[in-house]
Amino acid sequence: MSVKQISVFLENRPGCLHEMTKALAEADIDLRGLSLAETSDFGIVRLIVDDVMGTANTLRDAGFVASLTDVLAVEVPNVPGGLNKVLEVIDGAGVNVEYMYAILGNKKSDTAYMIFRVNDNEKASGALKASGVKIMEPEELSAL
Amino acid sequence: MKNYYQPEIETMPREQIRRLQNERLLKQVRHVWENVPYYRAKMQEKGLTPDDIKSQEDLHKLPFLTKADLRNAYPYGLMGKPLKDCVRIQSTSGTTGQRVVAFYTQNDIHIWETMCARAIAAAGGTNEDVVQVSYGYGLFTGGPGLNGGSHLLGSLTIPASSGNTDRQIMFIKDLSATILCCTPSYAAFIGERMREMGMTPDDIPLKAGIFGAEAWSESMRRDIEATMGIKAYDIYGLTELCGPGVSFECEDQHGMHINEDYFIPEIIDPDTGEVLPEGSTGELVFTTLEKEAFPLIRYRTRDITSLSHEPCPCGRTHVRMSRLKGRTDDMLIIRGVNVFPSQIETVLINQGYPANYQIIVDRVNNTDTLDVRVEMTPEMFTDNLGVINTRQAKLVEGLRSMLGLTAKVTLVAPKSITRSEGKAVRVIDNRKI
Repeated sequence: MSVKQISVFLENRPGCLHEMTKALAEADIDLRGLSLAETSDFGIVRLIVDDVMGTANTLRDAGFVASLTDVLAVEVPNVPGGLNKVLEVIDGAGVNVEYMYAILGNKKSDTAYMIFRVNDNEKASGALKASGVKIMEPEELSAL
Repeated sequence: MKNYYQPEIETMPREQIRRLQNERLLKQVRHVWENVPYYRAKMQEKGLTPDDIKSQEDLHKLPFLTKADLRNAYPYGLMGKPLKDCVRIQSTSGTTGQRVVAFYTQNDIHIWETMCARAIAAAGGTNEDVVQVSYGYGLFTGGPGLNGGSHLLGSLTIPASSGNTDRQIMFIKDLSATILCCTPSYAAFIGERMREMGMTPDDIPLKAGIFGAEAWSESMRRDIEATMGIKAYDIYGLTELCGPGVSFECEDQHGMHINEDYFIPEIIDPDTGEVLPEGSTGELVFTTLEKEAFPLIRYRTRDITSLSHEPCPCGRTHVRMSRLKGRTDDMLIIRGVNVFPSQIETVLINQGYPANYQIIVDRVNNTDTLDVRVEMTPEMFTDNLGVINTRQAKLVEGLRSMLGLTAKVTLVAPKSITRSEGKAVRVIDNRKI
Protein backbone atom coordinates (compact mmCIF):
# COMPACT_ATOMS: atom_id res chain seq x y z
CA MET A 1 0.00 0.00 0.00
CA SER A 2 3.00 2.27 0.26
CA VAL A 3 5.62 3.14 -2.34
CA LYS A 4 9.36 3.57 -1.90
CA GLN A 5 10.76 7.05 -2.15
CA ILE A 6 14.48 7.62 -2.69
CA SER A 7 16.00 10.55 -0.82
CA VAL A 8 19.36 11.88 -1.96
CA PHE A 9 21.79 14.10 -0.08
CA LEU A 10 23.08 17.06 -2.10
CA GLU A 11 25.75 19.55 -1.18
CA ASN A 12 24.76 23.14 -1.72
CA ARG A 13 27.17 23.98 -4.51
CA PRO A 14 26.74 24.75 -8.21
CA GLY A 15 26.45 21.68 -10.39
CA CYS A 16 25.59 19.19 -7.66
CA LEU A 17 21.97 18.71 -8.72
CA HIS A 18 23.08 18.41 -12.32
CA GLU A 19 25.58 15.68 -11.40
CA MET A 20 22.71 13.68 -9.98
CA THR A 21 20.36 14.17 -12.96
CA LYS A 22 23.24 13.29 -15.28
CA ALA A 23 23.82 9.99 -13.49
CA LEU A 24 20.09 9.22 -13.66
CA ALA A 25 19.85 10.21 -17.33
CA GLU A 26 22.81 8.00 -18.24
CA ALA A 27 21.10 5.06 -16.54
CA ASP A 28 17.91 5.90 -18.47
CA ILE A 29 15.84 6.42 -15.32
CA ASP A 30 12.38 7.94 -15.67
CA LEU A 31 11.33 10.26 -12.86
CA ARG A 32 7.72 9.98 -11.69
CA GLY A 33 7.87 12.51 -8.93
CA LEU A 34 10.41 14.85 -7.44
CA SER A 35 10.72 17.40 -4.67
CA LEU A 36 13.66 19.38 -3.35
CA ALA A 37 14.09 20.60 0.21
CA GLU A 38 17.03 22.74 1.13
CA THR A 39 18.77 24.46 4.01
CA SER A 40 21.51 27.04 3.65
CA ASP A 41 24.21 24.44 3.17
CA PHE A 42 22.69 21.22 1.91
CA GLY A 43 19.62 19.85 0.20
CA ILE A 44 17.59 16.65 -0.02
CA VAL A 45 16.03 15.55 -3.28
CA ARG A 46 13.17 13.07 -2.99
CA LEU A 47 12.45 10.91 -5.99
CA ILE A 48 9.71 8.55 -7.08
CA VAL A 49 10.85 6.12 -9.79
CA ASP A 50 9.78 2.75 -11.19
CA ASP A 51 13.03 0.88 -10.68
CA VAL A 52 13.84 1.69 -7.05
CA MET A 53 16.79 -0.69 -6.53
CA GLY A 54 18.35 0.13 -9.90
CA THR A 55 18.12 3.84 -9.17
CA ALA A 56 19.54 3.45 -5.66
CA ASN A 57 22.51 1.50 -7.07
CA THR A 58 23.08 4.05 -9.82
CA LEU A 59 23.16 6.85 -7.26
CA ARG A 60 25.47 4.98 -4.91
CA ASP A 61 27.89 4.17 -7.71
CA ALA A 62 27.90 7.84 -8.66
CA GLY A 63 28.98 8.68 -5.09
CA PHE A 64 25.70 9.92 -3.64
CA VAL A 65 24.24 9.06 -0.25
CA ALA A 66 20.67 7.88 -0.65
CA SER A 67 18.04 6.33 1.59
CA LEU A 68 14.65 4.70 1.06
CA THR A 69 11.45 5.75 2.80
CA ASP A 70 7.91 4.35 2.64
CA VAL A 71 5.49 7.05 1.52
CA LEU A 72 1.84 7.05 0.45
CA ALA A 73 0.87 7.78 -3.15
CA VAL A 74 -2.68 9.12 -2.95
CA GLU A 75 -5.21 9.76 -5.72
CA VAL A 76 -6.65 13.24 -5.34
CA PRO A 77 -9.67 14.51 -7.31
CA ASN A 78 -8.41 17.29 -9.59
CA VAL A 79 -11.14 19.74 -8.54
CA PRO A 80 -11.17 22.70 -6.15
CA GLY A 81 -11.18 21.37 -2.62
CA GLY A 82 -9.86 17.94 -3.71
CA LEU A 83 -6.67 18.13 -1.67
CA ASN A 84 -8.52 19.71 1.23
CA LYS A 85 -10.77 16.66 1.46
CA VAL A 86 -7.82 14.27 1.62
CA LEU A 87 -6.09 16.32 4.31
CA GLU A 88 -9.32 16.48 6.31
CA VAL A 89 -9.29 12.68 6.51
CA ILE A 90 -5.61 12.53 7.47
CA ASP A 91 -6.05 15.25 10.07
CA GLY A 92 -9.15 13.55 11.41
CA ALA A 93 -7.11 10.40 11.98
CA GLY A 94 -4.61 12.38 14.05
CA VAL A 95 -1.76 11.75 11.62
CA ASN A 96 0.98 14.33 11.04
CA VAL A 97 2.09 15.18 7.49
CA GLU A 98 5.84 15.75 7.38
CA TYR A 99 5.87 16.82 3.74
CA MET A 100 4.05 16.22 0.47
CA TYR A 101 4.48 16.86 -3.22
CA ALA A 102 2.81 16.12 -6.53
CA ILE A 103 3.52 13.31 -8.95
CA LEU A 104 4.52 14.62 -12.36
CA GLY A 105 1.89 14.86 -15.15
CA ASN A 106 -0.39 11.96 -16.02
CA LYS A 107 -2.87 11.24 -18.78
CA LYS A 108 -6.04 11.49 -16.73
CA SER A 109 -6.80 15.18 -16.27
CA ASP A 110 -9.54 14.70 -13.72
CA THR A 111 -7.20 13.09 -11.22
CA ALA A 112 -4.00 14.25 -9.53
CA TYR A 113 -1.58 12.10 -7.55
CA MET A 114 0.28 13.26 -4.49
CA ILE A 115 3.02 11.77 -2.35
CA PHE A 116 2.46 12.03 1.41
CA ARG A 117 5.18 11.46 3.98
CA VAL A 118 3.33 10.99 7.26
CA ASN A 119 4.33 9.84 10.72
CA ASP A 120 2.00 6.81 10.59
CA ASN A 121 1.46 5.18 7.21
CA GLU A 122 -0.88 2.50 8.47
CA LYS A 123 -3.23 4.85 10.30
CA ALA A 124 -3.31 7.32 7.42
CA SER A 125 -3.95 4.73 4.72
CA GLY A 126 -6.63 3.03 6.83
CA ALA A 127 -8.48 6.29 7.30
CA LEU A 128 -8.11 7.28 3.64
CA LYS A 129 -9.37 3.94 2.36
CA ALA A 130 -12.32 4.06 4.76
CA SER A 131 -13.26 7.43 3.25
CA GLY A 132 -13.06 6.06 -0.28
CA VAL A 133 -9.74 7.72 -1.19
CA LYS A 134 -7.59 5.56 -3.43
CA ILE A 135 -4.02 4.73 -2.44
CA MET A 136 -1.81 3.69 -5.31
CA GLU A 137 0.26 0.52 -5.44
CA PRO A 138 3.75 0.76 -6.98
CA GLU A 139 2.56 -1.06 -10.15
CA GLU A 140 -0.37 1.30 -10.56
CA LEU A 141 1.97 4.24 -10.28
CA SER A 142 4.21 2.74 -12.95
CA ALA A 143 1.22 2.30 -15.26
CA LEU A 144 0.33 5.98 -15.17
CA MET B 1 59.38 -13.45 28.51
CA LYS B 2 56.11 -12.48 26.92
CA ASN B 3 55.69 -9.11 25.17
CA TYR B 4 59.23 -7.90 25.93
CA TYR B 5 62.02 -7.66 23.42
CA GLN B 6 64.72 -6.93 26.01
CA PRO B 7 63.18 -7.72 29.42
CA GLU B 8 66.37 -6.91 31.36
CA ILE B 9 66.32 -3.35 30.04
CA GLU B 10 62.59 -2.79 29.73
CA THR B 11 61.94 -3.82 33.34
CA MET B 12 65.20 -2.49 34.81
CA PRO B 13 64.80 -1.12 38.38
CA ARG B 14 64.45 2.69 38.44
CA GLU B 15 67.65 3.21 40.43
CA GLN B 16 69.60 1.30 37.81
CA ILE B 17 67.99 3.25 34.93
CA ARG B 18 69.04 6.48 36.62
CA ARG B 19 72.62 5.28 37.03
CA LEU B 20 72.74 4.20 33.40
CA GLN B 21 71.31 7.55 32.28
CA ASN B 22 73.81 9.54 34.35
CA GLU B 23 76.69 7.55 32.97
CA ARG B 24 75.49 7.96 29.40
CA LEU B 25 74.57 11.63 29.81
CA LEU B 26 78.10 12.60 30.83
CA LYS B 27 79.49 10.75 27.84
CA GLN B 28 76.96 12.30 25.47
CA VAL B 29 77.62 15.85 26.72
CA ARG B 30 81.36 15.32 26.28
CA HIS B 31 80.78 13.86 22.79
CA VAL B 32 78.76 16.95 21.80
CA TRP B 33 81.26 19.35 23.40
CA GLU B 34 84.11 17.79 21.47
CA ASN B 35 82.40 17.24 18.12
CA VAL B 36 79.58 19.77 17.71
CA PRO B 37 81.03 23.31 17.72
CA TYR B 38 77.53 24.77 17.30
CA TYR B 39 76.41 23.40 20.67
CA ARG B 40 79.78 23.99 22.34
CA ALA B 41 79.35 27.69 21.54
CA LYS B 42 75.90 27.64 23.16
CA MET B 43 77.40 26.07 26.31
CA GLN B 44 80.24 28.55 26.37
CA GLU B 45 77.76 31.40 26.15
CA LYS B 46 76.36 30.17 29.46
CA GLY B 47 79.84 29.66 30.85
CA LEU B 48 79.43 25.88 30.96
CA THR B 49 81.90 23.07 30.32
CA PRO B 50 81.20 19.30 30.47
CA ASP B 51 82.65 19.35 33.99
CA ASP B 52 79.63 21.33 35.18
CA ILE B 53 77.37 18.41 34.34
CA LYS B 54 77.82 15.70 36.97
CA SER B 55 74.42 13.98 36.71
CA GLN B 56 70.95 14.59 35.33
CA GLU B 57 70.37 16.92 38.29
CA ASP B 58 72.48 19.38 36.30
CA LEU B 59 70.65 18.84 33.01
CA HIS B 60 68.50 21.97 33.47
CA LYS B 61 71.64 24.12 33.26
CA LEU B 62 72.25 23.15 29.65
CA PRO B 63 70.89 25.30 26.83
CA PHE B 64 67.96 24.14 24.70
CA LEU B 65 68.06 23.20 21.05
CA THR B 66 65.07 24.19 18.96
CA LYS B 67 63.82 23.75 15.44
CA ALA B 68 65.37 27.16 14.74
CA ASP B 69 68.77 25.72 15.67
CA LEU B 70 68.20 22.85 13.27
CA ARG B 71 67.46 25.39 10.57
CA ASN B 72 70.50 27.53 11.40
CA ALA B 73 72.81 24.54 11.49
CA TYR B 74 71.38 22.91 8.33
CA PRO B 75 72.62 20.62 6.96
CA TYR B 76 75.81 19.51 8.77
CA GLY B 77 76.10 21.90 11.73
CA LEU B 78 74.80 19.55 14.43
CA MET B 79 76.66 16.44 13.34
CA GLY B 80 78.71 14.57 15.91
CA LYS B 81 80.48 12.30 13.43
CA PRO B 82 82.22 12.83 10.11
CA LEU B 83 80.18 11.91 7.04
CA LYS B 84 82.36 8.87 6.37
CA ASP B 85 81.01 7.31 9.59
CA CYS B 86 77.39 7.92 8.57
CA VAL B 87 75.37 5.36 6.67
CA ARG B 88 71.90 6.86 6.34
CA ILE B 89 69.90 10.04 5.95
CA GLN B 90 66.20 10.37 6.82
CA SER B 91 64.09 13.46 6.44
CA THR B 92 60.71 14.82 7.53
CA SER B 93 57.79 15.46 5.24
CA GLY B 94 58.09 19.15 6.01
CA THR B 95 54.36 19.36 6.83
CA THR B 96 55.07 21.93 9.50
CA GLY B 97 57.39 24.08 7.48
CA GLN B 98 61.08 23.38 7.76
CA ARG B 99 62.34 20.07 6.50
CA VAL B 100 64.58 18.21 8.98
CA VAL B 101 67.49 16.14 7.70
CA ALA B 102 68.96 13.67 10.20
CA PHE B 103 72.08 11.50 9.93
CA TYR B 104 72.70 8.00 11.29
CA THR B 105 75.74 5.83 11.93
CA GLN B 106 75.33 2.07 11.73
CA ASN B 107 75.00 2.03 15.49
CA ASP B 108 72.34 4.79 15.45
CA ILE B 109 70.31 2.67 13.03
CA HIS B 110 70.70 -0.36 15.26
CA ILE B 111 69.48 1.52 18.34
CA TRP B 112 66.51 2.93 16.44
CA GLU B 113 65.50 -0.47 15.12
CA THR B 114 65.92 -1.96 18.59
CA MET B 115 63.38 0.53 19.95
CA CYS B 116 60.98 -0.37 17.13
CA ALA B 117 61.43 -4.06 17.93
CA ARG B 118 60.45 -3.29 21.55
CA ALA B 119 57.34 -1.48 20.27
CA ILE B 120 56.26 -4.40 18.08
CA ALA B 121 56.90 -6.88 20.90
CA ALA B 122 54.82 -4.70 23.24
CA ALA B 123 51.94 -4.96 20.75
CA GLY B 124 52.20 -8.74 21.04
CA GLY B 125 54.55 -9.33 18.12
CA THR B 126 56.90 -12.33 17.98
CA ASN B 127 58.79 -14.20 15.27
CA GLU B 128 55.51 -16.01 14.54
CA ASP B 129 53.87 -12.80 13.37
CA VAL B 130 53.47 -11.27 9.95
CA VAL B 131 54.03 -7.53 10.18
CA GLN B 132 52.68 -5.38 7.35
CA VAL B 133 54.47 -2.03 7.27
CA SER B 134 52.16 0.39 5.47
CA TYR B 135 54.01 3.54 6.48
CA GLY B 136 55.72 5.29 3.61
CA TYR B 137 59.24 4.07 2.86
CA GLY B 138 62.00 6.35 1.74
CA LEU B 139 63.02 9.57 3.45
CA PHE B 140 60.07 9.29 5.88
CA THR B 141 61.17 7.37 9.00
CA GLY B 142 57.92 5.41 9.46
CA GLY B 143 58.56 2.63 6.93
CA PRO B 144 62.30 2.03 7.49
CA GLY B 145 62.01 2.16 11.31
CA LEU B 146 59.23 -0.40 11.74
CA ASN B 147 60.71 -2.49 8.94
CA GLY B 148 64.01 -2.74 10.80
CA GLY B 149 62.31 -3.43 14.13
CA SER B 150 60.26 -6.21 12.61
CA HIS B 151 63.43 -7.78 11.18
CA LEU B 152 65.21 -7.70 14.55
CA LEU B 153 62.22 -9.38 16.15
CA GLY B 154 62.29 -12.05 13.47
CA SER B 155 58.75 -11.36 12.25
CA LEU B 156 57.92 -11.94 8.62
CA THR B 157 57.88 -8.41 7.24
CA ILE B 158 55.69 -7.17 4.37
CA PRO B 159 57.22 -3.87 3.21
CA ALA B 160 53.92 -2.73 1.68
CA SER B 161 54.61 1.02 2.03
CA SER B 162 51.58 3.31 1.80
CA GLY B 163 49.05 3.57 -1.00
CA ASN B 164 47.11 1.18 -3.23
CA THR B 165 44.63 0.38 -0.50
CA ASP B 166 42.95 -2.57 -2.22
CA ARG B 167 46.33 -4.27 -2.53
CA GLN B 168 47.03 -3.56 1.16
CA ILE B 169 43.82 -5.39 2.05
CA MET B 170 44.66 -8.24 -0.32
CA PHE B 171 48.07 -8.71 1.36
CA ILE B 172 46.56 -8.58 4.84
CA LYS B 173 44.09 -11.28 3.83
CA ASP B 174 46.17 -13.51 1.54
CA LEU B 175 49.43 -13.36 3.52
CA SER B 176 47.72 -13.42 6.92
CA ALA B 177 49.21 -10.22 8.28
CA THR B 178 48.70 -10.11 12.05
CA ILE B 179 50.14 -6.67 12.81
CA LEU B 180 49.59 -3.54 10.74
CA CYS B 181 51.86 -0.49 11.04
CA CYS B 182 50.77 2.84 9.49
CA THR B 183 49.43 6.29 10.34
CA PRO B 184 46.11 6.28 12.23
CA SER B 185 44.39 8.17 9.42
CA TYR B 186 45.52 5.57 6.90
CA ALA B 187 44.37 2.78 9.23
CA ALA B 188 40.94 4.42 9.37
CA PHE B 189 40.91 4.61 5.58
CA ILE B 190 41.89 0.95 5.17
CA GLY B 191 39.16 0.03 7.68
CA GLU B 192 36.59 2.07 5.79
CA ARG B 193 37.55 0.39 2.52
CA MET B 194 37.30 -3.06 4.15
CA ARG B 195 33.80 -2.27 5.31
CA GLU B 196 32.87 -1.09 1.82
CA MET B 197 34.12 -4.39 0.45
CA GLY B 198 31.73 -6.11 2.84
CA MET B 199 34.48 -7.45 5.11
CA THR B 200 34.01 -7.90 8.85
CA PRO B 201 36.77 -8.17 11.50
CA ASP B 202 36.37 -11.97 11.28
CA ASP B 203 37.48 -11.92 7.65
CA ILE B 204 40.93 -10.55 8.44
CA PRO B 205 43.70 -12.11 10.52
CA LEU B 206 44.97 -8.82 12.04
CA LYS B 207 45.27 -8.78 15.83
CA ALA B 208 47.11 -5.52 16.42
CA GLY B 209 48.00 -2.21 14.83
CA ILE B 210 50.88 0.16 15.60
CA PHE B 211 49.78 3.61 14.57
CA GLY B 212 51.72 6.83 14.89
CA ALA B 213 53.35 9.83 13.19
CA GLU B 214 50.32 12.02 13.87
CA ALA B 215 48.18 12.96 16.85
CA TRP B 216 44.96 10.95 17.16
CA SER B 217 42.21 10.65 19.71
CA GLU B 218 41.09 7.90 22.05
CA SER B 219 37.75 7.75 20.24
CA MET B 220 39.48 7.27 16.90
CA ARG B 221 41.36 4.37 18.49
CA ARG B 222 38.12 2.71 19.58
CA ASP B 223 36.68 3.25 16.13
CA ILE B 224 39.63 1.62 14.34
CA GLU B 225 39.72 -1.22 16.89
CA ALA B 226 36.05 -2.00 16.29
CA THR B 227 36.25 -1.82 12.49
CA MET B 228 39.29 -4.08 12.22
CA GLY B 229 38.82 -6.22 15.31
CA ILE B 230 42.30 -5.38 16.60
CA LYS B 231 44.07 -3.71 19.51
CA ALA B 232 45.51 -0.41 18.31
CA TYR B 233 48.76 0.82 19.86
CA ASP B 234 50.16 4.32 19.76
CA ILE B 235 53.81 4.90 18.89
CA TYR B 236 55.74 8.14 19.04
CA GLY B 237 58.90 9.53 17.59
CA LEU B 238 60.57 12.34 15.75
CA THR B 239 62.98 12.23 12.85
CA GLU B 240 65.29 14.52 14.83
CA LEU B 241 65.64 11.84 17.52
CA CYS B 242 65.63 8.81 15.13
CA GLY B 243 62.01 8.26 14.06
CA PRO B 244 59.18 6.12 15.48
CA GLY B 245 59.95 4.10 18.59
CA VAL B 246 61.13 6.87 20.93
CA SER B 247 58.12 5.78 23.00
CA PHE B 248 55.41 3.19 22.52
CA GLU B 249 52.34 1.73 24.18
CA CYS B 250 52.17 -1.60 25.98
CA GLU B 251 49.07 -3.79 26.37
CA ASP B 252 47.87 -1.48 29.11
CA GLN B 253 47.29 1.20 26.40
CA HIS B 254 47.72 3.92 28.97
CA GLY B 255 50.55 6.16 27.90
CA MET B 256 53.69 5.41 25.93
CA HIS B 257 56.87 4.10 27.58
CA ILE B 258 59.85 6.26 26.66
CA ASN B 259 63.03 4.27 26.01
CA GLU B 260 64.90 5.81 28.89
CA ASP B 261 68.12 3.94 28.23
CA TYR B 262 68.41 6.09 25.11
CA PHE B 263 66.69 9.36 26.09
CA ILE B 264 66.09 11.60 29.07
CA PRO B 265 62.71 13.34 28.77
CA GLU B 266 61.75 16.59 30.53
CA ILE B 267 58.54 18.62 30.58
CA ILE B 268 58.98 22.37 30.47
CA ASP B 269 56.79 25.43 30.45
CA PRO B 270 56.87 26.38 26.76
CA ASP B 271 56.81 30.09 27.61
CA THR B 272 59.45 30.31 30.34
CA GLY B 273 61.54 27.20 29.59
CA GLU B 274 61.31 26.23 33.25
CA VAL B 275 61.27 22.50 34.10
CA LEU B 276 57.86 21.47 35.44
CA PRO B 277 57.21 18.91 38.22
CA GLU B 278 56.12 15.38 37.35
CA GLY B 279 52.55 15.11 36.16
CA SER B 280 52.43 18.63 34.73
CA THR B 281 51.39 19.16 31.14
CA GLY B 282 53.90 21.05 29.08
CA GLU B 283 56.34 20.85 26.21
CA LEU B 284 58.31 17.64 25.87
CA VAL B 285 62.11 18.02 25.72
CA PHE B 286 64.52 15.20 24.92
CA THR B 287 68.21 14.64 25.49
CA THR B 288 69.67 11.80 23.48
CA LEU B 289 72.07 9.50 25.36
CA GLU B 290 73.62 7.21 22.80
CA LYS B 291 73.33 9.07 19.52
CA GLU B 292 76.55 9.31 17.53
CA ALA B 293 75.81 11.12 14.26
CA PHE B 294 73.02 13.46 15.38
CA PRO B 295 73.20 13.91 19.16
CA LEU B 296 70.73 16.46 20.58
CA ILE B 297 70.85 17.97 24.05
CA ARG B 298 67.58 19.31 25.47
CA TYR B 299 65.80 19.35 22.14
CA ARG B 300 62.41 21.07 22.31
CA THR B 301 59.88 18.89 20.46
CA ARG B 302 56.98 21.40 20.55
CA ASP B 303 54.78 18.44 21.51
CA ILE B 304 52.46 18.90 24.48
CA THR B 305 52.15 16.01 26.95
CA SER B 306 52.85 14.94 30.55
CA LEU B 307 55.03 12.24 32.13
CA SER B 308 54.11 9.60 34.69
CA HIS B 309 56.32 7.29 36.78
CA GLU B 310 53.29 5.38 38.13
CA PRO B 311 54.19 1.67 38.03
CA CYS B 312 52.70 0.09 34.89
CA PRO B 313 50.84 -3.25 35.09
CA CYS B 314 52.91 -4.47 32.11
CA GLY B 315 56.05 -4.53 34.27
CA ARG B 316 58.00 -1.98 32.26
CA THR B 317 59.75 0.53 34.47
CA HIS B 318 60.36 3.20 31.83
CA VAL B 319 58.44 6.44 32.26
CA ARG B 320 55.19 6.89 30.34
CA MET B 321 54.17 9.97 28.39
CA SER B 322 50.47 10.59 27.91
CA ARG B 323 48.77 10.58 24.52
CA LEU B 324 49.80 13.72 22.66
CA LYS B 325 47.41 16.54 23.15
CA GLY B 326 48.83 17.93 19.96
CA ARG B 327 51.92 19.38 18.50
CA THR B 328 52.30 23.05 19.30
CA ASP B 329 52.68 23.36 15.53
CA ASP B 330 49.21 21.81 15.01
CA MET B 331 47.59 24.09 17.50
CA LEU B 332 45.31 26.69 15.99
CA ILE B 333 44.57 29.93 17.71
CA ILE B 334 41.03 30.86 16.73
CA ARG B 335 39.56 34.04 18.18
CA GLY B 336 42.24 33.78 20.85
CA VAL B 337 41.25 30.22 21.83
CA ASN B 338 43.73 27.34 21.52
CA VAL B 339 42.23 24.59 19.38
CA PHE B 340 43.74 21.18 18.63
CA PRO B 341 42.34 19.20 15.70
CA SER B 342 42.27 16.13 17.98
CA GLN B 343 39.63 17.84 20.14
CA ILE B 344 37.37 18.32 17.13
CA GLU B 345 37.96 14.71 16.12
CA THR B 346 36.86 13.49 19.56
CA VAL B 347 33.53 15.31 19.32
CA LEU B 348 32.91 14.02 15.80
CA ILE B 349 33.58 10.39 16.60
CA ASN B 350 31.60 10.52 19.85
CA GLN B 351 28.59 11.67 17.85
CA GLY B 352 28.94 8.91 15.26
CA TYR B 353 30.55 10.89 12.47
CA PRO B 354 33.39 9.46 10.37
CA ALA B 355 37.01 10.32 11.23
CA ASN B 356 37.35 12.00 7.87
CA TYR B 357 36.95 15.68 8.39
CA GLN B 358 38.53 18.94 7.45
CA ILE B 359 38.93 22.12 9.42
CA ILE B 360 38.86 25.35 7.47
CA VAL B 361 39.94 28.48 9.24
CA ASP B 362 39.49 31.88 7.69
CA ARG B 363 39.26 35.50 8.68
CA VAL B 364 36.19 37.47 7.67
CA ASN B 365 35.88 41.15 8.68
CA ASN B 366 38.77 40.69 11.13
CA THR B 367 37.05 37.78 12.89
CA ASP B 368 38.32 34.22 12.70
CA THR B 369 35.88 31.67 11.33
CA LEU B 370 36.02 27.93 11.98
CA ASP B 371 34.30 25.64 9.51
CA VAL B 372 34.28 21.92 10.20
CA ARG B 373 33.48 19.89 7.10
CA VAL B 374 32.13 16.41 7.74
CA GLU B 375 31.07 13.77 5.28
CA MET B 376 27.47 12.57 5.22
CA THR B 377 27.30 8.81 5.65
CA PRO B 378 24.49 6.40 4.71
CA GLU B 379 24.00 5.65 8.43
CA MET B 380 23.40 9.30 9.26
CA PHE B 381 21.28 10.23 6.27
CA THR B 382 17.49 10.38 6.41
CA ASP B 383 14.81 11.97 4.20
CA ASN B 384 13.90 14.24 7.07
CA LEU B 385 15.51 17.67 6.99
CA GLY B 386 14.56 18.35 10.59
CA VAL B 387 16.37 15.29 11.90
CA ILE B 388 19.55 16.24 10.05
CA ASN B 389 19.31 19.83 11.24
CA THR B 390 18.87 18.70 14.83
CA ARG B 391 21.89 16.45 14.57
CA GLN B 392 23.93 19.25 13.04
CA ALA B 393 22.90 21.58 15.86
CA LYS B 394 23.96 18.92 18.37
CA LEU B 395 27.39 18.77 16.73
CA VAL B 396 27.75 22.55 16.85
CA GLU B 397 26.83 22.42 20.54
CA GLY B 398 29.29 19.56 21.18
CA LEU B 399 32.08 21.54 19.52
CA ARG B 400 31.12 24.66 21.45
CA SER B 401 31.34 22.92 24.79
CA MET B 402 34.66 21.23 23.86
CA LEU B 403 36.38 24.25 22.31
CA GLY B 404 34.58 27.17 23.88
CA LEU B 405 33.81 28.73 20.53
CA THR B 406 31.16 28.42 17.87
CA ALA B 407 32.04 26.52 14.72
CA LYS B 408 30.08 26.22 11.53
CA VAL B 409 29.40 22.62 10.56
CA THR B 410 29.10 21.83 6.87
CA LEU B 411 27.90 18.44 5.70
CA VAL B 412 29.57 17.41 2.48
CA ALA B 413 29.13 14.55 0.03
CA PRO B 414 30.71 11.19 0.86
CA LYS B 415 34.31 10.75 -0.31
CA SER B 416 34.59 14.47 -1.05
CA ILE B 417 37.31 14.95 1.57
CA THR B 418 40.61 13.67 0.23
CA ARG B 419 41.75 10.42 1.86
CA SER B 420 45.27 10.32 3.15
CA GLU B 421 47.75 7.52 2.69
CA GLY B 422 50.26 9.17 4.96
CA LYS B 423 49.78 12.13 7.24
CA ALA B 424 46.29 13.58 6.86
CA VAL B 425 45.82 17.22 5.91
CA ARG B 426 43.18 18.13 8.47
CA VAL B 427 43.57 21.86 8.59
CA ILE B 428 43.31 24.46 5.88
CA ASP B 429 44.14 27.87 7.27
CA ASN B 430 43.17 30.57 4.79
CA ARG B 431 43.84 33.45 7.14
CA LYS B 432 46.20 36.00 5.76
CA ILE B 433 47.83 37.49 8.80
